[in-house]
Formats: sequence, structure tokens, C-alpha cells
Amino acid sequence: MDSTALLLSLKLAALTVAILVPAGILVARFLAAREFAGKAFVEALFALPLVLPPTVLGYYLLVAMGGSSPLGRWYEAAFGHALVFTFDGLLVASIIFNLPFAIQPLQRAFEAIPDDLRHAAACCGLTGAQSLWRIELPLAWPGLLTAVALTFAHTLGEFGVVLMVGGSIPGETKTIALAIYDRVQGFDMAGAGLMSAVLLLLSVLAIGVTFLTSSRHREKRRHAD
Amino acid sequence: MPIVPSGPTDGTFPLGVSPVRVLRFARCLGRFRMMLPTLPRRALLRFAAALFLGLPAADAAHAAQDAPLVAAAADLRFALDEIAAAFALETGRSIRIVYGSSGNFRRQIAEGAPFEVFLSADESLVFALAREGLTVDEGVLYATGRLALVVPEGSPLKLDPELADLAAAVGDGRVRKFAIANPEHAPYGRAAQEALESAGAWAAIRSRLVVGENVAQATQFATSGSAQGGIVALSLALAPGVLGSARHVPVSESMHKPLRQRMVLLKRAQATAREFYAYLRQPAARAVLGRHGFALPGG
Repeated sequence: MDSTALLLSLKLAALTVAILVPAGILVARFLAAREFAGKAFVEALFALPLVLPPTVLGYYLLVAMGGSSPLGRWYEAAFGHALVFTFDGLLVASIIFNLPFAIQPLQRAFEAIPDDLRHAAACCGLTGAQSLWRIELPLAWPGLLTAVALTFAHTLGEFGVVLMVGGSIPGETKTIALAIYDRVQGFDMAGAGLMSAVLLLLSVLAIGVTFLTSSRHREKRRHAD
Repeated sequence: MPIVPSGPTDGTFPLGVSPVRVLRFARCLGRFRMMLPTLPRRALLRFAAALFLGLPAADAAHAAQDAPLVAAAADLRFALDEIAAAFALETGRSIRIVYGSSGNFRRQIAEGAPFEVFLSADESLVFALAREGLTVDEGVLYATGRLALVVPEGSPLKLDPELADLAAAVGDGRVRKFAIANPEHAPYGRAAQEALESAGAWAAIRSRLVVGENVAQATQFATSGSAQGGIVALSLALAPGVLGSARHVPVSESMHKPLRQRMVLLKRAQATAREFYAYLRQPAARAVLGRHGFALPGG
């Protein structure tokens, strides 16, 4: 069992959630409440990582963040180390490939809130932020929980992007998914099996949490109505 | 729906919320109140706390992060683990080793990967990095690698250092899958291709190849029982996990260009990396390499 890799994965997942979910809330609420020209295009862009092969995303990130790109050079000048093959680079990649997993459930949840309610809040003098915090988020929390669980679990499992952008460096970019791959190449099927079981358990938990909360929420609403 | 006029804004209350407004708000939401599920605040807080309390633990695991990074050709996986353990025992300092295909490492180092030592399975890759000014010098030869034909237990393939049986085995269907490392960037894959060409089996076997990303993966493919065999590094054929489930024979050295394995210190190398680099040339480390099937330079 590679505990360094597991902890690294958990840290990456936690940071991805901490950065992406709050940003996702704002984006999802905007998309749910507004109509504007090119909205479909924006939505498609955020959903793209769902269908994009991870290696394609990895390739473009490698090109965009590599030592010879403007972004890579700027980052190296500003922080003293390269963006590719580091945890920071991995975090950037992780945030990008998790966009749909955070935004989609949140957007659906915000869309389910009746317009009347938002209008009522506004006409009672609540600012947008107050309405979001007190009215909409409490109503959208199953979507919020789903976004957290999916983003967390998906980060733990991502492989292709991580391998291409991170380079499998122990304690830096070697996540649990890469450690499993590495164990198999080291003819250590028992170690790989143990780590796979841990990932399986975490994934089942994440899916279980989202399904339980949404079904309980539906039940509550049925009773309330 | 009751329409409540929203009154003039007054900036005297924090966040612009006057008590009057809060009351009005509560009244106007009366009919929606039934729809509000209670936010499980405590559960969420506990979840968030658990997430972030986990972070310092992850950072503790990073204590070893100062340990220099060594990029090593995949054929070194078991030999170098042994040497690194002995090095740690002797000096009290640890290193972190990443195993992979030498060609990939050459590219990653050029892209700024934070390695301090590079143990290549192919010296031309070290020379290329030296020309690009990324290394301290042109490095030293540390071993010459050997190829081995490995077949899993029960494979119908004959073990033969000249690979004479291979082409025939493809023809009569005894070989359906055969594993080598990727010849495009893995030195052992290229050497395996050369050996198969020398044996006159390349054209026949090409369509049956399963290609590993590096020679360790190719070995895993070759010995898993899903392929009838493979040409991989002798050092990996001698690994404990392989010896138990597969038989092997060293491939005749005349069938491919020698696998001259060269290591080099990269520009960013610090004290521990330099010490390890020197340790690799000591008799103790050389003995380990010899035991793992490598031929050693300079006697």
C-alpha cells in the first residue's frame, strides 16, 4: 500500500473540490438564471472534458504549460519552478478536467429552483449574494453534495491527464491511480489489488452518498408537497 | 403572491440588511417555507473539517520530498531498488526513483522535469541531453544490458538464444501474442526489434506484437500468461516475481546493437544526488548490478 500516493490523491482531490466547487457554484447559478447569446456554446465548453479523451486534454495542457510555452515560462519566472511535473500543474489539470463534474449537478440544482422564489427573495430586498446563501444554496444542497462527491471521486481516479502532465513523481505527482499502474509493472499484483480495492471503496462511497441524499431529498419534498 | 415593496435602501446596517427587511422577508417567504429542507450544516462542516485535517498528514508524507529524484530506465527496477536501500542504510539519506522508458525521460527532462540523476538504458539519449546543455557532463557508462526471451510456464515456445523457433511458431499458430517494449522510445524495445530482425522473424511477428510502454510493462505482458512470450530485459527476467512464473534464456548478444547504459548528473543535482551518483560506481553497487544480469564496464 503506497500511503504517500493515497495521501497525495486525497490532498489533490480536497484542493480541487475546495477551489472548483465555490467557483462552480457561481458559474452554475449564472448559467441557470440567465439567458444570453452563446450560452449553449459556453455550456458545451464546460461539458467538453466529459467526452474529451484524457490524453488529448493532457497533450494540450502539456503544450500550454510546458517550459517552452508563454504560460510555462511566466510561471517558472514567478514561482521558480516549472508548472508541468509538479503538484501545482496537476491541480490546474485536475480543476480543468473536473469542470463538468462540479458544474453540471450544481446547474441542474439551481435550475430546479422556481423563478418565483428568486423573485420573492429579490422583492424582499435580498441582494444576489444573500439570496444565494440563504435561499438557493439550501435548496440546491443535494446538487452541491453531488458536485463535491463526483469531483472528489473523479480526481482520485483520473489517470491519463495525470500521467501526461505529472510524470509520476513520488510525493509530488504520483497519485494512487498511477501507483496502481506502477505496482502492476513491478509485478506486485497484491499491492495493486489492495490499492484498487481502496479506490473501489471510495468510489462506491461517493456514488452512495450522492444517490442516498438525492433520494432522501426527493422523499422529503414529496412529503412537504 | 404577496408583493412586498422593497423600501428605500439604507446603508446603516451591516450588509445592508435591516431588521425590518428580515421580518418582511420571513413573511413573504411564508408560503415557500415548507419547501426548504434543512441544510445539514453540521454534517457538511464535519466533512469539510475531515478533508482539511487530512492535509497536514499529506504534508508530513512530503517530508521526504527533499530526497532527490532519480529517473531510471525500467530495466533497473529491481537492481536499483536494492542499491537505493543499501545507500539509505549506509548514508541515512533516501532518494526517490521513478522508473520508465528512457526515451520518455529524455523528453521529460528537456521539458523541465525535476530529476537530478538520469540512468538511461541508451547512451545516445544522455549525449543528446548533454548537447542541449542540461547535464553536468557526458556521464559514465554503468552497465551493458542483456535481452532475454521469456515465456510463461506452459508456453509452447522453445527457449533458444538465437530465436530460431520464433518465425515458425508464428506460422503454425503457437504464438498469438508476443510482448516487447515500444521500439519508438524504449531502448529495450528497439533492441528487441533488432534481435527479431536478425532472427528473420520481425515481418512475421509484427502483427502479433503487444507493445509495453516500457520494458517492465512488456515483461508483465510477456509473463502474465496472456501472451506466449516476449523479448525483454534479462534483469527483469531474473526478478523474483518473474522467476516463479516464467522461464527465460538470454538472447545472443550478436543479434542486436549493445545496450550501452549511461548515467548522468543533471544540472540541478544537489549533494545527495551527487553522493548517490558516486555510490553507483562503488563495488557494492556494481556487485548488485552484476547479480541482476548486467555486464559491467571496465572489468
